[in-house]
Amino acid sequence: MIEWVGVIVQGTLLGGLYALFAAGLSLIFGVMRLVNIAHGDLIVLAAYLGLSTTMMLDVHPFVALIVVMPLMAGIGYALQRGVLNQTLGPDILPPLLVTFGLSVILQNALLEGYTADPQKLNGGAIETASLSAGGLAVGVLPLLTFVVAVAMIACLQWIFYKTSLGRGFRAVSDNQDIAQIMGLNKAHVFGLAMALALAVTAIAGILLGMRTSFDPAIGGGRLIFGFEAVIIGGLGSLWGTLAGGVILGVAQTIGAKIDPGWQLLAGHIAFLVVLAVRPNGLFPRVEH
Amino acid sequence: MPDLLTLHALDAHYGDFQALFGIDMTLADGEVIAIIGANGAGKTTMLRSISGLLRNRADQIVYRGQPIGALRADRVAHLGIALVPEGRQLFPSLSVEENLLLGGKVGRPGPWSMEKVFGLFPILEERRRQASTSLSGGQQQMVAIGRALMANPDFVMFDEVSLGLAPVVIKSIYDALPDIVGEGMTAMIVEQDISKALSVSSRVYCLQEGRVSLEGRTKDVTHDQITQAYFGVAA
Repeated sequence: MIEWVGVIVQGTLLGGLYALFAAGLSLIFGVMRLVNIAHGDLIVLAAYLGLSTTMMLDVHPFVALIVVMPLMAGIGYALQRGVLNQTLGPDILPPLLVTFGLSVILQNALLEGYTADPQKLNGGAIETASLSAGGLAVGVLPLLTFVVAVAMIACLQWIFYKTSLGRGFRAVSDNQDIAQIMGLNKAHVFGLAMALALAVTAIAGILLGMRTSFDPAIGGGRLIFGFEAVIIGGLGSLWGTLAGGVILGVAQTIGAKIDPGWQLLAGHIAFLVVLAVRPNGLFPRVEH
Repeated sequence: MPDLLTLHALDAHYGDFQALFGIDMTLADGEVIAIIGANGAGKTTMLRSISGLLRNRADQIVYRGQPIGALRADRVAHLGIALVPEGRQLFPSLSVEENLLLGGKVGRPGPWSMEKVFGLFPILEERRRQASTSLSGGQQQMVAIGRALMANPDFVMFDEVSLGLAPVVIKSIYDALPDIVGEGMTAMIVEQDISKALSVSSRVYCLQEGRVSLEGRTKDVTHDQITQAYFGVAA
């Protein structure tokens, strides 16, 4: 019995990481209806930027975030203003194609720059530290990841609903023309949204890199997990995205418990079941 | 009075379709003019052009001596031009208060503030926390007007504010107009409801199939002239 409780706890904590993968996707889709196929590769890029920073400055990966977060945010703003804004319009195909191309470019650039060798961020003692209570052992790093995920979702929720920036995001999402008439430059607002999304991606990338090894080709898999978390939770709902990540994480760890080969399959099956039963996800944003 | 806004041979196109043909128009500072015309006459297209949602040649629209025809809509907004759009078009994800705050985003100095808008439309203060979509049509129109005023514009365009509203609501909104224009604002009232538009304006332009078919002082134009200009046939 306690074994299964452990499995569910592990899965929940893993879900925090998936929610971090998904938060940026969810935010970008919510603000500008852009499906970013390169999102997974951007997570991997953040992990590699973290690797370079830790090696060059000889600092802990968490400290590297001070460099990687603003760097990713800057990359996001430039990418949005320079490339992605030009693809947005009534047709949803151009952004899909361009971000797919971007994904290919990123993977190959990382391969050129860092080779295909698996890398890992060295988090030191925290990686193996654990807390135990009542026969249940929980890793400090997964627990921290989950706490960070909850904090990030709460923070994004606060930005979205309580700040002037978030008001701009929602207004542009509702009606781009009228928002523009109110003096909002939508190109800039979209740039800020992408900057925020990639700042979150930086955190996801660093935590991913400390948890497992990574190589330039793993972006696609992270993208799928992120997508599944967003769809399970319901498009446009940030807390739903967290719930989606947790459901995916729990399904995967239960699958792995039954048979280690079933981990990914179990996650995908959970996703398909939710899609079949609740096609709009569990907590879709109420349409007005 | 000096000219605030001038349109010089303004054309507008939607793809291959030409919606406006050489519109010439002049507005003096502080003036209230009415734009009337049937559905599809090009009224809304003209407002979209002035507000920058449709881009034109720079010199086709001149505001305070500055060519603005090619400016982006957010830049036009910062110059003090506001639009109350047809169909109200509030932001559904934003509360009443947030819609008004967004209107004040351009941050121009002037007499209008949230308190002043609530003074003009007290019902909005009671509903400030509600979703804008939960309001009645008339209340939504008040929010749309308040949102435009929050920018402290020098020039406001009202696009079909009476559309789809009950007569008593239309009356209360038009009763508020003198208070609004009384702040020295220049206004353009676009309506299909001719009598309402004429009652608050000093000059009138009638559009017909993308061209100006009548122009004159409100008190000089006759009913027959308007019918002729509006429908394109003699009454």
